[in-house]
Amino acid sequence: MTVPGALIVGALIIFPILWNVVLSLQQVRLIDLQSLNFFSFDANLDNYRRVSGVSSFWPAIRNTVVYAISGTVLSIGLGLWAALIVRKPFKGRAAVRGLMLFPYVVPVVAATLVWQIMLNPTFGIINEWLTAGGGEPIRFLSSASYDVTILGFTFGIPLALTVVILFEGWRYFPFAFLFILARLQAIPGELEEAATVDGATISQRFRYLIVPELKGVLSVLILLRFIWTFNKFDDIFLLTGGEAGTEVITVQIIEWLNGRGEIGSAAALGLILAAILSVMLFVYLKFFYQEEEAA
Amino acid sequence: MTRDQFETRAFGVLKWLSIAFFLVITVFPLVYMISLSFKDIPEVVTNPADVLPSWEQITTSDTYQSVLRSRDEGGFGFVKFLTNSAFVSVLAVFITVFFAIFAAYAAARLTFRGKKAIQSGIIAIYLFPAVVTAIPLFVLFTRVRIGGVPLRSELWSLAVVYLAQTIPLALYMLRSHFLSVPYSLEEAGMVDGLSRTQVIWKITFPLSAPAVAAVSLYVFMIAWNEFLFAFLFMVTQPENWTLALGLQQLNSTEVPATALMAGSVIISLPVIILFFAAERFLTEGLTAGGVKG
Repeated sequence: MTVPGALIVGALIIFPILWNVVLSLQQVRLIDLQSLNFFSFDANLDNYRRVSGVSSFWPAIRNTVVYAISGTVLSIGLGLWAALIVRKPFKGRAAVRGLMLFPYVVPVVAATLVWQIMLNPTFGIINEWLTAGGGEPIRFLSSASYDVTILGFTFGIPLALTVVILFEGWRYFPFAFLFILARLQAIPGELEEAATVDGATISQRFRYLIVPELKGVLSVLILLRFIWTFNKFDDIFLLTGGEAGTEVITVQIIEWLNGRGEIGSAAALGLILAAILSVMLFVYLKFFYQEEEAA
Repeated sequence: MTRDQFETRAFGVLKWLSIAFFLVITVFPLVYMISLSFKDIPEVVTNPADVLPSWEQITTSDTYQSVLRSRDEGGFGFVKFLTNSAFVSVLAVFITVFFAIFAAYAAARLTFRGKKAIQSGIIAIYLFPAVVTAIPLFVLFTRVRIGGVPLRSELWSLAVVYLAQTIPLALYMLRSHFLSVPYSLEEAGMVDGLSRTQVIWKITFPLSAPAVAAVSLYVFMIAWNEFLFAFLFMVTQPENWTLALGLQQLNSTEVPATALMAGSVIISLPVIILFFAAERFLTEGLTAGGVKG
């Protein structure tokens, strides 16, 4: 009975991964796909040289790492904050809890469209509010750098990249929220009562009671969210198309595949992506990961 | 005032401010989306701060009709996208559940060589980037032809490639579920003279109806929301566009924001209704299985 399931996993996942390795060593182009013989070829590393040779290669790697780390931290941070405030019962709690899931449930194409229109420089509501007291509208999704002046110092912030990271935090905090809330509710109430009786304040109870209890679930969340944000394609492609300093590796892969029709190069870059991810995961699991105790 | 009193008061205020903050960031985009879908675009451009539509606008707006109407009749063809999305999503649900339920049962109950390796392999693969598996699948489905037509041009091929994402999830969730069904129940059935197959059909599967429903809903939502494969496979074939692809393609042309918002409402409504109708067991399934997103 396991055979059909295993076959599907093999055909749709393991086989493509292995074939990816082969493709990355071949000169396969979209236009001669029909006539190509996949079994006779001169294996070489030209694709790897080509994808790592373009000037946008290193910026894309930097963007991917920045995006994945910031998106992970922001979504888990917001999720933790949201879970802490709806932990204790209050009137309308079920409704608040349900509404908080909205960003995660709505299809990504619709979510990115709403953001684009809200941030539109000519008629978007955000710019309308910001410029109500005068000032120039801000082109949030097409500014690679935006100058801000704080205490007399002027510096440029990567605006579009910041916006896609904010989108990531907004869209995926409900995921972290649900995990953390479930864990919070498993903490025995007597523990906190005892701490309160002993005179521990809210911040002390958080620091010495709740944080240790959450270590396991936070470790798992960091792992999952980091992997998924690192591999994310849709959100950035739909929000900015990878323009204005937001190009990540996944967007570049699809550009090689669809834009330039260089299938072999796309496969090579895909494997570079997987390799970087593996190294970062190895470091995380080896030095930072905390197993959930006796779970 | 002691530290404890101070903190109790400060965090009490902070809590309500925070709830307000979260409600604004989650509910406002939804309100904005629905409101704009009923407004006229000239009005939105001249007075962007005036978000809410009047009752008259809601009842007389023809944005939805024009979005749903077919292209031949001058609309944006969303009825066709809706039927395409529904077809692909329902097909993906049936194929996924059919294969995953037996495999998950076997993974939970039977012991066989290499079981551990297969289980951890499935989880590791689930974490592999979709863009990477997309490349060979794209090549395969372009190259393989049935009756001179590449597989990629058939709508059902989307449902097949979605299995790469849905089967691992379904296997993981259903396996956890089967592990939670007490084995003693099945043993009791066998003592009473049922065969293994009868035990599965008469005892285990009926107990699994809620879990199967949760898995089905997730698979439906994954397929309904999916963009990457729909884009790669179907972008050159407008008759096969799903809602997600159709909406994105509309965005790259000169289409008013109000129509884009109406399209967003149309694609969001089914998943929002499904999710909140089944919220309770869906969120339990989510935290048990970790739905990719």
